[in-house]
Amino acid sequence: MIDFGFALKQTRQENLDKVSLEKYHKLLELEPSFKRCFQCGNCSATCSARQFTDFSIRRVHTSFRRGEYDGLAQELRKCMLCGKCTLVCPRGVNLRSLIINMRQILDETEK
Amino acid sequence: MKKVAIIGAGPAGIEAASILARNGVEVTLFEKSETPLKNLQDKAFLFPNFQSAQEIIDDLSGKLLTDRITTAFGVDIADVKWQGAEWKLVDSKEQTYVADAVLIATGYQVFDAHRKEELGYGIYKGVITSLDMEQMIKHGKILNANGDEPKRVTFLQCVGSRDEKSGNHYCSKICCVTAVKQAIEVRKQLPKCEASVFYMDLRMWGQGFEEMYRTAQEKYGVSFVRGRISEAAGTFDGRVQLKSEDTLMGLPLKMNTDLLVLMVGMEASCGTKVLGKACDISGDYGFIKSVNPHLYDNETGKPGLFAAGTCKRPMSVSDSINDARSAALAIKDYLDTIKIEN
Repeated sequence: MIDFGFALKQTRQENLDKVSLEKYHKLLELEPSFKRCFQCGNCSATCSARQFTDFSIRRVHTSFRRGEYDGLAQELRKCMLCGKCTLVCPRGVNLRSLIINMRQILDETEK
Repeated sequence: MKKVAIIGAGPAGIEAASILARNGVEVTLFEKSETPLKNLQDKAFLFPNFQSAQEIIDDLSGKLLTDRITTAFGVDIADVKWQGAEWKLVDSKEQTYVADAVLIATGYQVFDAHRKEELGYGIYKGVITSLDMEQMIKHGKILNANGDEPKRVTFLQCVGSRDEKSGNHYCSKICCVTAVKQAIEVRKQLPKCEASVFYMDLRMWGQGFEEMYRTAQEKYGVSFVRGRISEAAGTFDGRVQLKSEDTLMGLPLKMNTDLLVLMVGMEASCGTKVLGKACDISGDYGFIKSVNPHLYDNETGKPGLFAAGTCKRPMSVSDSINDARSAALAIKDYLDTIKIEN
């Protein structure tokens, strides 16, 4: 076989037709205040874990919203539940509760 | 002659007074302060054409020079009541006045930045509000906390607007374009000083606003960062360190700046809240509620009682003046339909 140097790569495109938003809808049921998020990033800006690790709560909950759950359970372990994000959120999203609920939903499905 | 009482001598109150006077109505213009156009006096230039605020003040003040307008400055109207045949106004010294129709044009006040303690206003000298910046621009003296020329000025949008923690869910509408205007002005006055704007969304809703935004980027090199500053802290050398999320990079961001300018939003003024309550026409956040924002935006639901300008919602100066014109027309229509006994 001659190696032409080509390879097949998985697409990195988000395919919104294919994702399953079941977990996301479940999350909204458990923490409806999340519907109000307008992506300002104040939660990650103030996050204590964010300053020293690559943990980004904004990226985690945005991934959740897009139905991309891979690796999120692992990511969420970095959160220390200090609750600063909840204090600064201008839309009044209860982020601390959101994180606990995300953990629970992801743990349940992993079992 | 039919008499109209107008409460508040801002752009809206004066414009409505002038139009009614020209149409044969006798107007008394009440103002709590000793001088009219108080809020406008704090401004240097108006967006989007950088027209000097003084020109607008001079033009509007000139409109008061007519026999049909009586000015009552330094009079604080505390209550407005319908008395069967006419409206009765009572001031804080219990003096009364009567009128066939009343226009409420009591305006706004700026959000008190002390309420957002995490942003350090009143704690660190380098943290100022958009009003302070406007004064600096007006006097051509943009200085940092140490009294030197700043090397970097940073604007933060949505202070006291779009913020559940301040109790204001609404957008104040004018701050986006004001920050762009002030950033341009900083770059004009201090070409060596950097200017950046932190925003969540830039809402360039009016004619010429988007072009101003473009000019700020292209000609004045103003940088725009999509993120909300969560905390500001003073540094040992009198500067301000701020912390934000750069939402587009997906990274936390830290930056020192000489001046952090908080773009404070608009809230209903004390007078607006008091009269809204007294007349039972108060709506969300203490602003006056109009009957129908599309069709009858100056009507309050009480015959003969009208509202115009920023007592209803955040508005620009030009929008307030336009709103006052439509109020004057609505009042004129109303006066033509009622019978005056004497």
